[in-house]
Amino acid sequence: MQVILDQFKATVAKAYAQKTPLQIGGGGTKHFYGNAVPQTHMLLDTRPYHGIVAYEPTELVITARAGTQLADVQALLDRHGQMLAFEPPFFGESATLGGCIAAGLSGPRRAAAGAVRDFVLGVRLLSGKAEDLSFGGQVMKNVAGFDVSRLMAGAMGTLGLLLEISLKVLPKPPVDLTLRMAMDQASAIEVMNRWAGRPLPISATCFTDGMLTIRLSGAESAVKAAHVKLGGEELDDGAAFWQSIREQTHDFFQSPQPLWRLAVKSANAPMSLPGNVLIEWQGGLRWLSCDDPEAVERIRKSAKEAGGHATLFRRNGLATAVFHPLDGNMMRIHRVLKEKFDPAGILNPGRLYPEF
Amino acid sequence: MSVQSLVTRLRTFLPPESVLFEAEDLRPYECDGLSAYRQLPLVVVLPRNEDQIAQILALCHETQTPLVARGAGTGLSGGALPHAQGVLMSLGKLKQIIEIDPLARTACVQPGVRNLAISEAAKPYGLHYAPDPSSQIACSIGGNVAENSGGVHCLKYGLTVHNIMKLRVLTIAGELLEIGGESLDSAGFDLLALMTGSEGMLGIVTEVTVKLIPIPEKAQLVMASFDDVQKAGNAVANVIGAGIIPAGMEMMDKITIHAVEEFLHAGYDLNAEAILLCESDGAAEEVVDEIARIHAIMQQSGAINISTSQTEAERLSFWAGRKAAFPAAGRVSPDYYCMDGTIPRKHLADVLQGIEYLSQQYGLRCMNVFHAGDGNLHPLILYDANQPGELEKAEEFGGKILEMCIRVGGTITGEHGVGMEKINQMCTQFRTGELEMFHAIKAAFDPQGLLNPGKAVPTLHRCAELGAMHVHRGEEKFTDLPRF
Repeated sequence: MQVILDQFKATVAKAYAQKTPLQIGGGGTKHFYGNAVPQTHMLLDTRPYHGIVAYEPTELVITARAGTQLADVQALLDRHGQMLAFEPPFFGESATLGGCIAAGLSGPRRAAAGAVRDFVLGVRLLSGKAEDLSFGGQVMKNVAGFDVSRLMAGAMGTLGLLLEISLKVLPKPPVDLTLRMAMDQASAIEVMNRWAGRPLPISATCFTDGMLTIRLSGAESAVKAAHVKLGGEELDDGAAFWQSIREQTHDFFQSPQPLWRLAVKSANAPMSLPGNVLIEWQGGLRWLSCDDPEAVERIRKSAKEAGGHATLFRRNGLATAVFHPLDGNMMRIHRVLKEKFDPAGILNPGRLYPEF
Repeated sequence: MSVQSLVTRLRTFLPPESVLFEAEDLRPYECDGLSAYRQLPLVVVLPRNEDQIAQILALCHETQTPLVARGAGTGLSGGALPHAQGVLMSLGKLKQIIEIDPLARTACVQPGVRNLAISEAAKPYGLHYAPDPSSQIACSIGGNVAENSGGVHCLKYGLTVHNIMKLRVLTIAGELLEIGGESLDSAGFDLLALMTGSEGMLGIVTEVTVKLIPIPEKAQLVMASFDDVQKAGNAVANVIGAGIIPAGMEMMDKITIHAVEEFLHAGYDLNAEAILLCESDGAAEEVVDEIARIHAIMQQSGAINISTSQTEAERLSFWAGRKAAFPAAGRVSPDYYCMDGTIPRKHLADVLQGIEYLSQQYGLRCMNVFHAGDGNLHPLILYDANQPGELEKAEEFGGKILEMCIRVGGTITGEHGVGMEKINQMCTQFRTGELEMFHAIKAAFDPQGLLNPGKAVPTLHRCAELGAMHVHRGEEKFTDLPRF
């Protein structure tokens, strides 16, 4: 692995010296996500730097190299009855751990368990000057130095080339039960929020097409008791349903229209926007399939008014900025931070914002 | 800038009672919870709203005056230690709970609101704010954000960083940053994570939106005593290995058990080398199941005595001893010095042995309390500040403990922050490259270094002079620095 690491360092050092941009890529499963970057940028393939570095189930920590297949990480945890609790989407078998962290995407369990960034304990990375830096660590609690590790989650590879990541892992719940009940969107939003405010073992929620689907996870006794309290009809293959939501293979996501991701205040009422809606995260995540190119400004404005932001998750032909515009002060801080981590602007430039 | 002209300028926009400059008025602000470090500032200001904060920042920025922010002053690392040539800004007057949204389960509060006050305000809705540092009755949410505070329930419910959603922040140059959102994520870099635990170095938090979660239906506690620390450590690993994430998992060593028992008479087992407190909370059915499993694991792990709380009063009395560990230390010794290392749990027995060895070497007793679930160790070094040289010995002993934490793969601070106290150990934990990056991040927000200068991140010069250098993968640090 040292040889590969040396190659990475040489590649980044050369790109830094010559100011030639790199595009960092793993399995390419999230290539669709983020702003398009010119194909002329040299590809740095992270996959050769792979492998589990350390894993001790009773410490609840796994450390792996960024090029490790996400599936391998998951299979190893699975053998020990543990999981990545943020339930990351793969979007393809070849997904890597590094891509998972860089994209910062979390799945159905997010509202109950936390996001990718909540589980990041430490990272080792190469800066844009090819410096080999380590932040955070392999322990649950660590407040020494600024939290650079979590800053990497969702930065789309613009702040550093991830080398190793340490994550907190959690035991898998003994029992899952998926229930569904018919209701309209406004009622579903209210019910999801109300239930989230009660001590119930709800691990995922999804509303689409007049149907609310919820997943209960935990000890059998607790799941059964919650089923009695909440009612609803049991869904036979709950696991397949949640996988179809997480991996976006569900019918809702098959539309060729641009797909928007609106992260908003969970209790926000149904939003009057054109297109079809699928709701997750107790109301906090709203997918909008919308082919109206005129609606872009309305979508951004509505998301902001609802306390959040809108991302053009799948462009599907729509040519507009992917991520929600930042205000002037926030953009200044972003640009300065980028400059500190990557002074020559060689790491995935433009992938997150065209400005850097 | 002179005190007089600073006061004159401050009084143009602050009422007289919000500007303190007489020595006797400054005295209460000379230290935080770490009283070994004391310093009077030039001036103390007590703003009442964001507008006043902005004007104070503007004045400090214009006159290049250092500014240290302070919440309730309960911090244990000297993070709120004033600057001799600077302004100390207490945010204690900003204590308004702006809004509680029971349906969305959020509370928007000013930075001076006490941690516990949030949970009290949320209680009528069946909700609470999860992080519960031991000082929660007094500490402020702004301080919690600055330190990324934890508490006894953080293995299950997370630290401050996991439980806040949005911050309003003013930079020293007066830029307003709205970081995070009412949504579960936000656009761009995760500045919410960067700001949390930044020890007042990057900006001043003027408003915090926190996440509220349901109050568990039931909580129950198992207390198990062991005749061997290693067995107790194994019991912790066995509980977690069985797929249980306890709501709280605390350990006390023998000297702590004796000290608190003498103080409280909580009925702790005086024959034990270690006592574990393991709490389960959640839905009633789940707690019953989990407690039975925890009980069985404690038995299999060789516990010599196991009790399970049968009533809420009993649960609280089991906890009382653990919560009294610090006051008990204060009773058995004139002074104590609280450390805050985190280690991979598997090294617990070795580290405790190492502490015992150091304790004999320095001739100072040390009590150990441990957030066992997440590996966060709080050795309490007992000393007498009136004995010449004892404080220095205690500090050196503490430094050695932290270095041992680093050696076993841990960290010098789990939840108390670096502040002034652990600045030297930062040189051991990090290399030049990381420290330079920390300085670069600081400069991105505060190019002139006016906010809380000299804290949290040591200068490379300081590390080089200390000679406490971290040689990582055979590389030597600071090759570009002159040696003296």
